[in-house]
Amino acid sequence: MGWRSPRVILIWIALAVAIGVPIALAATSEQLAWRGPLYILAGFAGIIALGLVLAQPLLIGGYLAPLSAYRGRRAHHWIGGALVLAVAIHVAGLWITSPPDMIDALTYTSPTPFSPFGVTAMWAIFAVGLLASLRRRFELRPRTWRFIHMPLAIVIVVGSVVHCLLIEGTMETISKAALCVLVVAATAKVMIDLQVWRKRRTLRGEGP
Amino acid sequence: MTEVVFNRRSLLAAGGSVLATGVLVSGVPGLLLPARADGLAPTETMSGGANNYRKGAAIVDRIGKGGFWMSGTVRRAGDGAPLAGQRIQIWAHTVEGQEHEPQSHGATLTDKDGKFRLEMPQIIPIFGQPHCHLAYDSGEFKTVFLRPVMRSAKETSLEAHFVLQPA
Repeated sequence: MGWRSPRVILIWIALAVAIGVPIALAATSEQLAWRGPLYILAGFAGIIALGLVLAQPLLIGGYLAPLSAYRGRRAHHWIGGALVLAVAIHVAGLWITSPPDMIDALTYTSPTPFSPFGVTAMWAIFAVGLLASLRRRFELRPRTWRFIHMPLAIVIVVGSVVHCLLIEGTMETISKAALCVLVVAATAKVMIDLQVWRKRRTLRGEGP
Repeated sequence: MTEVVFNRRSLLAAGGSVLATGVLVSGVPGLLLPARADGLAPTETMSGGANNYRKGAAIVDRIGKGGFWMSGTVRRAGDGAPLAGQRIQIWAHTVEGQEHEPQSHGATLTDKDGKFRLEMPQIIPIFGQPHCHLAYDSGEFKTVFLRPVMRSAKETSLEAHFVLQPA
Protein backbone atom coordinates (compact mmCIF):
# COMPACT_ATOMS: atom_id res chain seq x y z
CA MET A 1 0.00 0.00 0.00
CA GLY A 2 1.27 3.44 -0.86
CA TRP A 3 0.77 6.84 0.74
CA ARG A 4 -2.40 7.42 -1.25
CA SER A 5 -4.32 4.57 0.27
CA PRO A 6 -7.03 5.94 2.58
CA ARG A 7 -6.22 3.28 5.12
CA VAL A 8 -2.57 4.31 5.24
CA ILE A 9 -3.48 7.96 5.59
CA LEU A 10 -5.96 7.13 8.35
CA ILE A 11 -3.51 5.13 10.42
CA TRP A 12 -0.88 7.87 10.29
CA ILE A 13 -3.48 10.50 11.22
CA ALA A 14 -4.67 8.29 14.07
CA LEU A 15 -1.11 7.91 15.33
CA ALA A 16 -0.49 11.65 15.12
CA VAL A 17 -3.73 12.34 17.01
CA ALA A 18 -3.07 9.67 19.66
CA ILE A 19 0.35 11.14 20.45
CA GLY A 20 -0.24 14.79 19.54
CA VAL A 21 -3.50 15.47 21.38
CA PRO A 22 -2.26 14.42 24.86
CA ILE A 23 0.85 16.56 24.35
CA ALA A 24 -1.20 19.54 23.12
CA LEU A 25 -3.67 19.29 26.02
CA ALA A 26 -0.84 18.98 28.54
CA ALA A 27 0.61 22.15 27.04
CA THR A 28 -2.58 23.98 28.07
CA SER A 29 -2.43 22.77 31.69
CA GLU A 30 -2.72 25.58 34.22
CA GLN A 31 -0.16 23.79 36.36
CA LEU A 32 2.58 24.83 33.96
CA ALA A 33 2.29 28.37 35.30
CA TRP A 34 3.74 27.26 38.63
CA ARG A 35 6.56 25.11 37.30
CA GLY A 36 10.11 25.99 36.37
CA PRO A 37 11.37 25.41 32.80
CA LEU A 38 13.35 22.31 33.77
CA TYR A 39 10.36 20.72 35.50
CA ILE A 40 8.21 21.46 32.44
CA LEU A 41 10.84 19.94 30.14
CA ALA A 42 11.07 16.84 32.35
CA GLY A 43 7.29 16.41 32.33
CA PHE A 44 7.00 16.67 28.57
CA ALA A 45 9.93 14.30 28.08
CA GLY A 46 7.86 11.76 30.03
CA ILE A 47 4.74 12.36 27.90
CA ILE A 48 6.75 12.10 24.68
CA ALA A 49 8.34 8.89 25.97
CA LEU A 50 4.87 7.37 26.35
CA GLY A 51 4.08 8.41 22.77
CA LEU A 52 7.26 6.69 21.59
CA VAL A 53 6.22 3.55 23.47
CA LEU A 54 3.07 3.54 21.32
CA ALA A 55 5.08 3.83 18.09
CA GLN A 56 7.34 0.88 18.92
CA PRO A 57 4.92 -2.07 18.58
CA LEU A 58 3.29 -0.44 15.53
CA LEU A 59 6.64 -0.16 13.77
CA ILE A 60 7.87 -3.64 14.55
CA GLY A 61 4.50 -5.16 13.75
CA GLY A 62 4.57 -3.60 10.29
CA TYR A 63 1.28 -1.72 10.83
CA LEU A 64 2.66 1.59 9.62
CA ALA A 65 2.44 1.12 5.88
CA PRO A 66 4.02 2.05 3.52
CA LEU A 67 7.15 1.49 5.61
CA SER A 68 8.79 -1.77 4.59
CA ALA A 69 9.55 -4.35 7.26
CA TYR A 70 13.19 -3.34 7.03
CA ARG A 71 12.51 0.36 7.42
CA GLY A 72 10.00 -0.27 10.16
CA ARG A 73 12.64 -2.19 12.08
CA ARG A 74 15.23 0.53 11.51
CA ALA A 75 12.77 3.13 12.80
CA HIS A 76 12.04 0.87 15.79
CA HIS A 77 15.76 0.91 16.65
CA TRP A 78 16.08 4.69 16.32
CA ILE A 79 12.93 5.34 18.31
CA GLY A 80 14.23 2.95 20.96
CA GLY A 81 17.27 5.20 21.25
CA ALA A 82 15.05 8.27 21.42
CA LEU A 83 13.05 6.58 24.19
CA VAL A 84 16.23 6.06 26.25
CA LEU A 85 17.08 9.73 25.74
CA ALA A 86 13.56 10.93 26.65
CA VAL A 87 13.55 8.89 29.86
CA ALA A 88 17.03 10.17 30.75
CA ILE A 89 15.82 13.77 30.31
CA HIS A 90 12.66 12.99 32.33
CA VAL A 91 14.65 11.60 35.26
CA ALA A 92 17.48 14.15 35.14
CA GLY A 93 15.06 17.08 34.97
CA LEU A 94 13.02 15.81 37.91
CA TRP A 95 16.20 15.10 39.86
CA ILE A 96 17.38 18.70 39.48
CA THR A 97 13.87 20.01 40.26
CA SER A 98 13.62 18.12 43.56
CA PRO A 99 16.60 15.86 44.37
CA PRO A 100 15.13 14.18 47.49
CA ASP A 101 11.91 13.19 45.69
CA MET A 102 13.85 11.69 42.77
CA ILE A 103 16.23 9.82 45.07
CA ASP A 104 13.24 8.38 46.96
CA ALA A 105 11.80 7.19 43.65
CA LEU A 106 15.03 5.63 42.39
CA THR A 107 15.58 3.81 45.67
CA TYR A 108 11.98 2.52 45.73
CA THR A 109 11.23 4.40 48.98
CA SER A 110 8.91 7.02 47.51
CA PRO A 111 5.48 7.63 49.10
CA THR A 112 3.94 8.03 45.63
CA PRO A 113 2.46 4.76 44.32
CA PHE A 114 3.35 5.50 40.69
CA SER A 115 7.09 5.89 41.25
CA PRO A 116 8.12 2.20 41.43
CA PHE A 117 6.23 1.49 38.18
CA GLY A 118 8.07 4.29 36.39
CA VAL A 119 11.47 3.40 37.80
CA THR A 120 11.03 -0.28 36.88
CA ALA A 121 10.00 0.67 33.35
CA MET A 122 13.04 2.94 33.16
CA TRP A 123 15.43 0.11 34.03
CA ALA A 124 13.72 -2.15 31.49
CA ILE A 125 14.09 0.56 28.80
CA PHE A 126 17.77 1.02 29.64
CA ALA A 127 18.31 -2.75 29.63
CA VAL A 128 16.70 -3.18 26.21
CA GLY A 129 18.66 -0.20 24.85
CA LEU A 130 21.94 -1.59 26.14
CA LEU A 131 21.28 -5.13 24.94
CA ALA A 132 20.08 -3.92 21.54
CA SER A 133 23.31 -1.98 21.07
CA LEU A 134 25.33 -5.08 21.99
CA ARG A 135 23.17 -7.53 20.07
CA ARG A 136 25.52 -7.78 17.09
CA ARG A 137 28.62 -8.14 19.22
CA PHE A 138 27.06 -10.91 21.29
CA GLU A 139 25.74 -12.48 18.08
CA LEU A 140 22.36 -13.00 19.68
CA ARG A 141 20.04 -15.12 17.58
CA PRO A 142 16.59 -13.72 16.84
CA ARG A 143 15.04 -16.32 19.12
CA THR A 144 17.34 -15.49 22.01
CA TRP A 145 16.82 -11.78 21.46
CA ARG A 146 13.05 -12.17 21.47
CA PHE A 147 13.25 -14.28 24.63
CA ILE A 148 15.02 -11.35 26.32
CA HIS A 149 13.16 -8.46 24.68
CA MET A 150 9.54 -9.63 25.03
CA PRO A 151 9.37 -9.84 28.85
CA LEU A 152 11.18 -6.51 29.09
CA ALA A 153 8.77 -4.99 26.55
CA ILE A 154 5.85 -6.10 28.70
CA VAL A 155 7.50 -4.58 31.79
CA ILE A 156 8.05 -1.32 29.88
CA VAL A 157 4.45 -1.11 28.66
CA VAL A 158 2.76 -2.07 31.94
CA GLY A 159 5.17 0.01 34.03
CA SER A 160 4.83 3.10 31.84
CA VAL A 161 1.05 2.92 31.60
CA VAL A 162 0.44 2.44 35.34
CA HIS A 163 3.03 5.11 36.16
CA CYS A 164 1.34 7.59 33.85
CA LEU A 165 -2.26 6.83 34.90
CA LEU A 166 -1.57 7.27 38.62
CA ILE A 167 0.13 10.63 38.24
CA GLU A 168 -1.76 13.82 38.90
CA GLY A 169 0.11 16.18 36.66
CA THR A 170 -0.26 18.23 33.51
CA MET A 171 -1.85 15.53 31.32
CA GLU A 172 -5.57 15.74 30.64
CA THR A 173 -7.36 12.66 32.00
CA ILE A 174 -9.21 11.31 28.98
CA SER A 175 -6.48 11.83 26.38
CA LYS A 176 -4.03 10.27 28.80
CA ALA A 177 -6.24 7.22 29.36
CA ALA A 178 -6.82 6.86 25.61
CA LEU A 179 -3.09 6.92 24.88
CA CYS A 180 -2.50 4.31 27.58
CA VAL A 181 -5.23 2.04 26.18
CA LEU A 182 -3.70 2.33 22.70
CA VAL A 183 -0.23 1.47 24.01
CA VAL A 184 -1.54 -1.68 25.68
CA ALA A 185 -3.70 -2.62 22.66
CA ALA A 186 -0.87 -2.13 20.15
CA THR A 187 1.50 -4.19 22.28
CA ALA A 188 -1.03 -7.00 22.71
CA LYS A 189 -1.81 -7.00 18.99
CA VAL A 190 1.78 -7.23 17.82
CA MET A 191 2.54 -9.97 20.30
CA ILE A 192 -0.48 -11.97 19.17
CA ASP A 193 0.11 -11.34 15.45
CA LEU A 194 3.77 -12.27 15.57
CA GLN A 195 3.12 -15.11 18.02
CA VAL A 196 6.17 -14.09 19.93
CA TRP A 197 5.87 -16.99 22.38
CA ARG A 198 6.22 -19.56 19.56
CA LYS A 199 9.71 -20.93 19.28
CA ARG A 200 10.09 -21.31 15.53
CA ARG A 201 8.28 -18.33 14.20
CA THR A 202 10.54 -15.63 12.80
CA LEU A 203 9.70 -11.96 12.52
CA ARG A 204 8.71 -10.56 9.19
CA GLY A 205 11.75 -10.02 7.02
CA GLU A 206 14.08 -11.99 9.21
CA GLY A 207 16.30 -14.57 7.57
CA PRO A 208 15.62 -18.30 7.77
CA MET B 1 -27.70 20.90 37.98
CA THR B 2 -25.72 17.82 38.66
CA GLU B 3 -22.02 18.17 38.24
CA VAL B 4 -20.50 15.24 36.46
CA VAL B 5 -17.43 14.20 38.36
CA PHE B 6 -15.14 12.50 35.92
CA ASN B 7 -11.54 12.86 36.78
CA ARG B 8 -8.43 10.76 37.08
CA ARG B 9 -9.53 9.31 40.38
CA SER B 10 -13.01 8.24 39.38
CA LEU B 11 -11.64 6.78 36.18
CA LEU B 12 -9.21 4.69 38.12
CA ALA B 13 -11.49 3.87 40.99
CA ALA B 14 -12.01 0.31 39.84
CA GLY B 15 -8.72 -0.84 38.40
CA GLY B 16 -6.15 1.68 39.39
CA SER B 17 -6.80 1.65 43.08
CA VAL B 18 -5.96 -2.02 43.18
CA LEU B 19 -2.58 -1.24 41.72
CA ALA B 20 -1.99 1.73 43.93
CA THR B 21 -0.19 0.17 46.83
CA GLY B 22 0.46 3.41 48.62
CA VAL B 23 -2.04 4.96 50.94
CA LEU B 24 -3.23 8.09 49.19
CA VAL B 25 -5.04 9.75 52.00
CA SER B 26 -3.57 9.53 55.42
CA GLY B 27 -4.92 12.55 57.17
CA VAL B 28 -5.78 11.13 60.52
CA PRO B 29 -4.00 7.84 61.12
CA GLY B 30 -3.78 8.39 64.85
CA LEU B 31 -7.46 9.17 65.23
CA LEU B 32 -8.67 6.23 63.15
CA LEU B 33 -6.78 3.65 65.13
CA PRO B 34 -8.81 1.92 67.81
CA ALA B 35 -7.72 2.79 71.32
CA ARG B 36 -5.33 0.20 72.62
CA ALA B 37 -4.67 -0.90 76.15
CA ASP B 38 -1.38 0.98 76.21
CA GLY B 39 -3.02 4.15 74.87
CA LEU B 40 -2.66 6.30 71.78
CA ALA B 41 0.18 5.19 69.48
CA PRO B 42 2.69 7.80 68.34
CA THR B 43 2.56 9.04 64.75
CA GLU B 44 5.30 7.61 62.57
CA THR B 45 7.23 9.78 60.15
CA MET B 46 5.85 9.31 56.63
CA SER B 47 8.16 8.35 53.80
CA GLY B 48 9.27 11.42 51.88
CA GLY B 49 7.97 13.61 54.72
CA ALA B 50 11.29 15.38 55.27
CA ASN B 51 11.91 16.16 51.59
CA ASN B 52 12.90 19.80 50.98
CA TYR B 53 12.83 20.47 54.74
CA ARG B 54 14.54 23.66 55.89
CA LYS B 55 15.52 23.87 59.51
CA GLY B 56 14.18 26.70 61.61
CA ALA B 57 11.42 28.26 59.52
CA ALA B 58 10.09 31.39 61.23
CA ILE B 59 6.75 31.49 63.05
CA VAL B 60 4.44 33.49 60.80
CA ASP B 61 0.82 34.71 60.84
CA ARG B 62 0.41 33.47 57.29
CA ILE B 63 2.62 32.03 54.54
CA GLY B 64 2.60 34.37 51.54
CA LYS B 65 -0.80 35.66 50.48
CA GLY B 66 -2.74 32.73 51.90
CA GLY B 67 -5.99 31.26 50.60
CA PHE B 68 -5.44 27.68 51.75
CA TRP B 69 -5.78 26.35 55.29
CA MET B 70 -3.49 23.75 56.82
CA SER B 71 -4.73 22.59 60.20
CA GLY B 72 -4.43 19.75 62.66
CA THR B 73 -3.78 18.70 66.24
CA VAL B 74 -0.82 17.76 68.38
CA ARG B 75 -1.35 15.25 71.18
CA ARG B 76 0.76 13.19 73.53
CA ALA B 77 1.18 9.49 72.90
CA GLY B 78 -0.41 7.26 75.52
CA ASP B 79 -3.05 9.46 77.17
CA GLY B 80 -3.78 11.60 74.10
CA ALA B 81 -3.52 14.85 76.07
CA PRO B 82 -3.47 17.93 73.82
CA LEU B 83 -0.06 19.60 73.68
CA ALA B 84 -0.15 23.42 73.76
CA GLY B 85 2.54 25.75 72.43
CA GLN B 86 4.11 23.18 70.10
CA ARG B 87 5.88 24.53 67.04
CA ILE B 88 4.78 22.91 63.77
CA GLN B 89 6.65 23.69 60.58
CA ILE B 90 4.75 23.64 57.25
CA TRP B 91 5.89 23.77 53.61
CA ALA B 92 4.55 22.80 50.19
CA HIS B 93 4.68 23.55 46.48
CA THR B 94 2.12 26.34 46.13
CA VAL B 95 1.04 28.93 43.61
CA GLU B 96 3.63 31.23 45.19
CA GLY B 97 6.69 29.02 45.14
CA GLN B 98 8.32 25.64 44.96
CA GLU B 99 8.82 23.35 47.94
CA HIS B 100 12.48 24.12 48.53
CA GLU B 101 12.13 27.91 48.33
CA PRO B 102 12.25 29.85 51.63
CA GLN B 103 9.00 31.73 51.00
CA SER B 104 7.14 28.40 50.86
CA HIS B 105 8.05 27.63 54.49
CA GLY B 106 6.53 28.79 57.74
CA ALA B 107 5.74 27.65 61.28
CA THR B 108 2.93 28.06 63.80
CA LEU B 109 2.20 27.14 67.40
CA THR B 110 -0.58 24.97 68.81
CA ASP B 111 -3.21 26.60 71.02
CA LYS B 112 -4.29 25.42 74.48
CA ASP B 113 -6.34 22.61 72.92
CA GLY B 114 -3.33 21.35 70.94
CA LYS B 115 -4.76 22.68 67.68
CA PHE B 116 -2.85 24.50 64.98
CA ARG B 117 -4.05 26.32 61.87
CA LEU B 118 -1.94 28.20 59.35
CA GLU B 119 -3.03 29.98 56.21
CA MET B 120 -0.80 29.47 53.19
CA PRO B 121 -1.01 29.79 49.40
CA GLN B 122 -3.00 27.20 47.43
CA ILE B 123 -1.16 23.86 47.21
CA ILE B 124 -0.76 22.48 43.70
CA PRO B 125 0.33 19.01 42.57
CA ILE B 126 4.07 18.46 42.59
CA PHE B 127 5.76 15.21 41.68
CA GLY B 128 2.40 13.72 40.79
CA GLN B 129 0.46 14.41 43.99
CA PRO B 130 -0.96 17.54 45.65
CA HIS B 131 0.56 17.28 49.10
CA CYS B 132 1.90 19.21 52.07
CA HIS B 133 4.84 18.68 54.40
CA LEU B 134 4.74 19.19 58.17
CA ALA B 135 7.39 18.76 60.81
CA TYR B 136 7.56 18.67 64.56
CA ASP B 137 11.25 19.22 65.27
CA SER B 138 11.55 21.11 68.56
CA GLY B 139 13.39 18.38 70.43
CA GLU B 140 11.19 17.88 73.50
CA PHE B 141 9.43 15.06 71.70
CA LYS B 142 10.70 12.76 68.99
CA THR B 143 10.91 14.48 65.58
CA VAL B 144 8.07 13.59 63.19
CA PHE B 145 7.70 14.49 59.49
CA LEU B 146 4.27 14.16 57.83
CA ARG B 147 3.32 14.26 54.15
CA PRO B 148 -0.50 14.31 53.86
CA VAL B 149 -2.00 14.14 50.35
CA MET B 150 -5.07 16.13 49.27
CA ARG B 151 -8.04 14.13 48.00
CA SER B 152 -8.29 16.56 45.12
CA ALA B 153 -6.04 19.36 43.89
CA LYS B 154 -9.12 21.62 44.04
CA GLU B 155 -9.44 21.42 47.82
CA THR B 156 -8.58 24.53 49.78
CA SER B 157 -7.75 22.94 53.12
CA LEU B 158 -5.94 19.93 54.52
CA GLU B 159 -5.49 18.34 57.94
CA ALA B 160 -2.64 16.49 59.55
CA HIS B 161 -2.42 15.18 63.10
CA PHE B 162 0.55 14.53 65.34
CA VAL B 163 0.78 12.14 68.27
CA LEU B 164 4.18 12.70 69.82
CA GLN B 165 6.31 10.54 72.08
CA PRO B 166 9.10 11.80 74.39
CA ALA B 167 12.46 12.07 72.67
